[in-house]
Amino acid sequence: MTGPCPAATLQAAASRPGPCPVATQVGPTNAPKRGNVGLVAIVKVLGMETEYGIIVRGAAEPNPIAASSALINAYVASLERRVEWDFGDESPGRDARGFVRDTAVAPEVETHLVNAVLTNGARYYVDHAHPEFSTPECSTVWEAVLYDKAGEAILARSVEAAARYLPAGQQVSVYKNNSDGKGNSYGSHENYLMDRAVPFSRVVQHVVPHFVTRQIFTGAGKVGCEAPGAEQVDFQLTQRADFFEEEVGLETTLKRPIVNTRDEPHCDAQKYRRLHVILGDANLSEVADFLKVGTTALVLAMVEDDWFSRQGRDYSLAAPVKAMRQVSYDLSLRQPLQLANGRRMTAVEVQWEHLDLARKYGEDIGYEAVGGPEVGAEIVRRWEEVLAGLESDPLSLANRLDWVAKYRMVSGYRERHGLDWRDPRLFAMDLQYHDVRPERSLYARAGMERLLSPADVARAMTEPPVTTRAYFRGRCLQRWPWAIAAANWDSLVFDLGNDPLRRVPMMEPLRGTAAHVDQLLARCSTPAELLEQLGS
Amino acid sequence: MAEREQIKKQAPSRSEPEQVEEVPAGSKRGEELKAELDELLDEIDEVLEDNAEEFVKSYVQKGGE
Repeated sequence: MTGPCPAATLQAAASRPGPCPVATQVGPTNAPKRGNVGLVAIVKVLGMETEYGIIVRGAAEPNPIAASSALINAYVASLERRVEWDFGDESPGRDARGFVRDTAVAPEVETHLVNAVLTNGARYYVDHAHPEFSTPECSTVWEAVLYDKAGEAILARSVEAAARYLPAGQQVSVYKNNSDGKGNSYGSHENYLMDRAVPFSRVVQHVVPHFVTRQIFTGAGKVGCEAPGAEQVDFQLTQRADFFEEEVGLETTLKRPIVNTRDEPHCDAQKYRRLHVILGDANLSEVADFLKVGTTALVLAMVEDDWFSRQGRDYSLAAPVKAMRQVSYDLSLRQPLQLANGRRMTAVEVQWEHLDLARKYGEDIGYEAVGGPEVGAEIVRRWEEVLAGLESDPLSLANRLDWVAKYRMVSGYRERHGLDWRDPRLFAMDLQYHDVRPERSLYARAGMERLLSPADVARAMTEPPVTTRAYFRGRCLQRWPWAIAAANWDSLVFDLGNDPLRRVPMMEPLRGTAAHVDQLLARCSTPAELLEQLGS
Repeated sequence: MAEREQIKKQAPSRSEPEQVEEVPAGSKRGEELKAELDELLDEIDEVLEDNAEEFVKSYVQKGGE
């Protein structure tokens, strides 16, 4: 093999011993190189997975699975027409298929659900009875928010595209929320790369208080309540708090736990875990989305560096599940929570102390794990701004936080029309806040502060992030979609026609970036050349 | 219903939602905010689903995750 050992860019030798010793290195960003010896939080590679609510109107027997499939097929078909990809040789029975076939009619329900991998490195598929969008792997919280918003734009375009395939009189609409108001919830998950060496008990100890108290700015707001015995709640901060019953566990659909123990690293399992966070609300607000993943990535970096213990802090709650609802139901934000050590603090106070810890962490250790000093400083700045607002005048955040924006609209409407809190119009407003179609969305009318430019979001619909392995996945799918038999988080499988399928493992999330593979890709004009260069 | 009322009484520390929406009354900024909200509510009247009750009733999802 000639050249600078390109296989090193995609895999670790641990998983596949090869001729490239450099492959064992994790990457430049991962080296412990900061001031204090022994502090080695790894870069918080992260992503978000959102299940969208979906309804079909005008159908005698609405089928959400078929509708979700139609949505995704219609979107992919609309792209195919534009770039004229040729899918003539696909065989529909193959598993984990990279793309779905252009189709002129809504597909029938198949045991084999639609599962598309997009050129931006994202996965777009049918999960249970919902369309789900998983962002590509991102290396900073900015990227994560960008791709989360690109997902919304993709869903909105899908709704438009699906209109062409649906029978006359039928209409599909899609909502980025987490509950139907009738006791059924669907998730908006975050995931963060963590060092496997960190004891999981330490993770649980310190993330639970953050998860419970961050609801004051991550909540998307909800009219009413779906937890038995709490029917007197008119409006609450979050969509999800009603559905959590355990502190730690593996389940995601019943007896939901605050900390989910699903252990699917989608990368080198010896080195990493991927913390799967299931309790968050899907955010429309860019500020809330940024703070949700930003503060959490920062807290996890602090956990990895054992920062809480080093600073002598422990915010463990006496009753975390109860506290989760308590925080969500307390619009005054003033009800104290009982800590295990006897202290009583409000959620805002707990968050203030987390912010102080994070600031000191930045000064002493740095913000490398969350994307560098600028990103860290911006997280801390926004965090402070929002806590100060929540403390002094929550309504001043009506242009930044989802729950405040929604509350302002719903309560204003209620007063104007003299409505009871149980009036269906208020529930309708709640749902419509989350409609992905800009012409129907109430969020789009709330005058929210934007952090992203529409041009960047549009680009992120088709272009992968440049700083993770999603770049390699996305670029290969852009150039040689016909040669990719399957794409997964940690591998690409090529089908060149005559040979057996060839698998390229991608076990390191921070390999396969633009810096690693751009030259390689530029040298190769065919997938066969690429595979030869990779030695796969 | 009696039970509900009792629960409410037992939790006097929980502020009613109305408390949050107080805007500095009379101040210029307060009036501006009120005008903005009025405009927004006019718009909501225009785009809100025609039959809210039917819409809310039909919005049934299967659990996910």
